[in-house]
Amino acid sequence: MSVVIINKDNFENEIMNSEKTVLLDFWAGWCGPCKMISPIIDEIAKEHPEIKVAKINVDEQPEIAKSFDIMNIPSLFVLKNGEITNRSAGVKSKAQIEEMLK
Amino acid sequence: MQQKTYDVVIIGGGPAGYTAALYCVRAGFVTLLLEKFSAGGQMIQTQQIDNYPGFFEGIDGFTLGDNMKKCAERFGATTVQQEVISVDLKSKIKTIKTASEQYFAKAVILATGAEHRKLGLENEDELSGRGVSYCASCDGMFYKNKTVAVVGGGNTAAAEALVLSRVCNKVYLIHRKSTMRATKIYYEQLSKSENVVFKWNCEVKKLISDNKLKEIKIVNNKTNESENLQVDGLFISVGMIPTTNLYKGQINSDEWGYVIADETTKTNIPGVFAVGDLRTKPLRQIVTATADGAVAAHYVEKYLTTTFKDK
Repeated sequence: MSVVIINKDNFENEIMNSEKTVLLDFWAGWCGPCKMISPIIDEIAKEHPEIKVAKINVDEQPEIAKSFDIMNIPSLFVLKNGEITNRSAGVKSKAQIEEMLK
Repeated sequence: MQQKTYDVVIIGGGPAGYTAALYCVRAGFVTLLLEKFSAGGQMIQTQQIDNYPGFFEGIDGFTLGDNMKKCAERFGATTVQQEVISVDLKSKIKTIKTASEQYFAKAVILATGAEHRKLGLENEDELSGRGVSYCASCDGMFYKNKTVAVVGGGNTAAAEALVLSRVCNKVYLIHRKSTMRATKIYYEQLSKSENVVFKWNCEVKKLISDNKLKEIKIVNNKTNESENLQVDGLFISVGMIPTTNLYKGQINSDEWGYVIADETTKTNIPGVFAVGDLRTKPLRQIVTATADGAVAAHYVEKYLTTTFKDK
């Protein structure tokens, strides 16, 4: 599945009301480590159709970043039925991210 | 089905790895490079690189890494984005395993670089993302007008403190010695910054949190006096450790974990070469990493033409 780009308008529907487990990636264009893991996030989206993979640009969506209390990027969150079940900050390997999804 | 054997497999896609790939592929070898993230390695964390010659206005690390990848691929090197999980380097034909595949190679170049050293405090991992950071250029803006501390005494710590001094109200710089190791150009700028407070001879001993980081306890290693500093963020910049776990028990390394190899980049195993930050060397810079890559390719060529001369 392709990666869903999140903004204020689709956040509620795509993230909070998602039936699938969500992997949410907070990033910014100027953040090197975010770019580092970006191909892994895309790959997970391709390989795991059972997961909804979504990205939020913290520059464009500061309110959402604030509501998640983002203090580091990249920050990854796993949500099930609108509840945060896992979170991590910094660069993570593919295996570590897949472990978070379990 | 007989599996393909590469002439050279390179593990790691930073400047050393991709320069090795460029030189190997131009020497006519079938070359594969394995990298778990985007190309560039540690360079990706640097927004402005001014000490790699050829870019008179500087260049950002991500672009430089990506350019190096494209250089090698232009001549036919292949990149596979997979994390290596184990290696067998001792046999004549070497095996490199990832989660999903295994690759065979006549020669292997180790280019896995180095990673951030942690302070090793109890709740450091737990507070990563809740006040503890290893990258000021990434996370500095989340601490706008707040109070932060930087731990470390090298160029990276100085650069981090400088970046933060421009956005934060107050920056403590905590170093376990009485002078910084950082070069003059950094130190002079820092000492002129009015909102930077130096804490010499001090070590961070405890992270105090209430869901997020709130305070740090520092102890002066000369006087034994302790002090609690209220900070919103702690930026840890206490050096790097070589990423060499994969090769333990096969490749000789020094007491700090660096792979023992001289300027020829040869390791203790024939056909295995070490390039870039993971190798024992006096200066770890992008230029010295790329130089290693070219030298390794030279000795790979010598090795392959003598060891596999019948094929």
